[in-house]
Amino acid sequence: MSITLERVSLVHPNGCRAINAVSCTIGVGERVAIIGPSGAGKTTLLRLLATGLRPTSGSIELLGLDPWRLGRRGLRRLRSRIGMVHQAPPIPPRQRAITAVLAGRLGQWPLWKALASLAYPMDIDGATRVLARMEIGDKVFERCDRLSGGQLQRVSVARVLYQQPGLILTDEPVSAMDPSLSNRVIGELNGEAIARGVTLVASLHAVDLALHWFPRIIGMRAGEIVFDLPPVRITDRMLTDLYASESAVPTQDYQPIDVPAAGIRRKPLCY
Amino acid sequence: MNAVATRDPAAGPRLILTIAAIALLWPGFTLTEFDPSSLVDPRSREAMGRFIATFFPLEIAPDFLRLVFRSTLETLAIATAGMTLALLVAAPLALIVTRTLSMSRLGPGPGFMLGRVARVPARFLLMFFRSIPEVVWALVFVRAVGLGPAAAVLAIGVTYGGMLGKVYSEIFESGETRTASVLLETGSGRLAAFFYGIWPVALPELVSYTVYRWECAVRASVIMGFVGAGGLGQQMELSMRMMNGGEMSTILLVFLLLVLFADMVSAGLRKLTA
Repeated sequence: MSITLERVSLVHPNGCRAINAVSCTIGVGERVAIIGPSGAGKTTLLRLLATGLRPTSGSIELLGLDPWRLGRRGLRRLRSRIGMVHQAPPIPPRQRAITAVLAGRLGQWPLWKALASLAYPMDIDGATRVLARMEIGDKVFERCDRLSGGQLQRVSVARVLYQQPGLILTDEPVSAMDPSLSNRVIGELNGEAIARGVTLVASLHAVDLALHWFPRIIGMRAGEIVFDLPPVRITDRMLTDLYASESAVPTQDYQPIDVPAAGIRRKPLCY
Repeated sequence: MNAVATRDPAAGPRLILTIAAIALLWPGFTLTEFDPSSLVDPRSREAMGRFIATFFPLEIAPDFLRLVFRSTLETLAIATAGMTLALLVAAPLALIVTRTLSMSRLGPGPGFMLGRVARVPARFLLMFFRSIPEVVWALVFVRAVGLGPAAAVLAIGVTYGGMLGKVYSEIFESGETRTASVLLETGSGRLAAFFYGIWPVALPELVSYTVYRWECAVRASVIMGFVGAGGLGQQMELSMRMMNGGEMSTILLVFLLLVLFADMVSAGLRKLTA
């Protein structure tokens, strides 16, 4: 198993219960989308999987290891095998795209290499290649504060592609991109997961994107898993119930989502 | 679910803090016998005027100017060497003290208590270094290395190391710190996380504070000149002892120019690192 959660709960210091007794297993190479209204706990769940947060109760296993039973060294090694794309890319504005991308391998590089790379980038080819896959291969030496929001998000995706982790986590990775670009980037992430046989867990705001690209959909609401199904089994009713607190089921371009009776047909993946 | 407050819950503490701040500031003025009316009193005005009048005209004899030039170079050397030493003291201590770079803080993970305990002595060392005035350090070092600029360099290195270390760690912890914790979350080490996550964020702040401290070190070398540590300070002490106001004001003018210079350097470097 790539991810095993057993009755995992997370209570914030202010008493707010963000995740409530969630159990779920995700196998190696599975591709899972997490959908749900804002405040459902999607980001918190992903941060638990990224070992940025420690569960208040319950047990968690990532890539076959319990992160909170490991020693310092073991935890660091596990962390270097987990890659996370954050919604607001935490990249210093003055940093250049190449440095931000190469930072993906800091967990694997020895310190001397990390420091030498600041003097002269150690892997210009590698960084250019992943940035080109994000269609910003021309921005390698551009400073990140000169990039648009969508370009910055793609730098952050490129960083995780460069890291080559065994578990890819993405938290609304395309929230600042237009629909066709979103499709490209989500497609690229799926392609990466398939090509390298690694697990991909993505929280997505746009439901249509999730239903079209991912073979498994987890619906979250109020810190709990409401449903965990393949797209073909998801009905209109389930989606309107999931987003009952919002005015409509969110999609790209605000187009109403059309769920045929026969279920959602996923986009064909040609890799 | 938490109950929703209808009134600003922070209003009470804010009011109490404001009252407490005023109550604490007031005794400061009464204890120091602060009385603004004495400044405009004609008698004291006359006394101040006489003192300031002795500063003119400026002393511009070539011999003296040459002396001032030599001392200025010496002062600049003291300040610069002292700051270099201070950086060597401050940088490692600041990196230890900075909580944002704590790997065990995430979670919290293994070694959390150990990390917290290990930061205490580093914090104490920084406090100790900066709580003793540089003059006192200079007096201590004069005993060891003898009269001269070397004592001033050491004194500035220690005191300013303490100050820089404290402020550096505060700069590292303020502003965007997620950039570093995200790197720690992908298994990066402390130093790598610092150089990739915090350095590019904090650089302009670091530069402007360091240049400002260099400017302070130039001034501090005056006081240390009084205890025989060389530089412009020693020159000033001599002029003062001989009640030569003209020489004093020439030296003061040099200080003004040095501060102006530091200001320009700071502005230039900030623009460069922006």
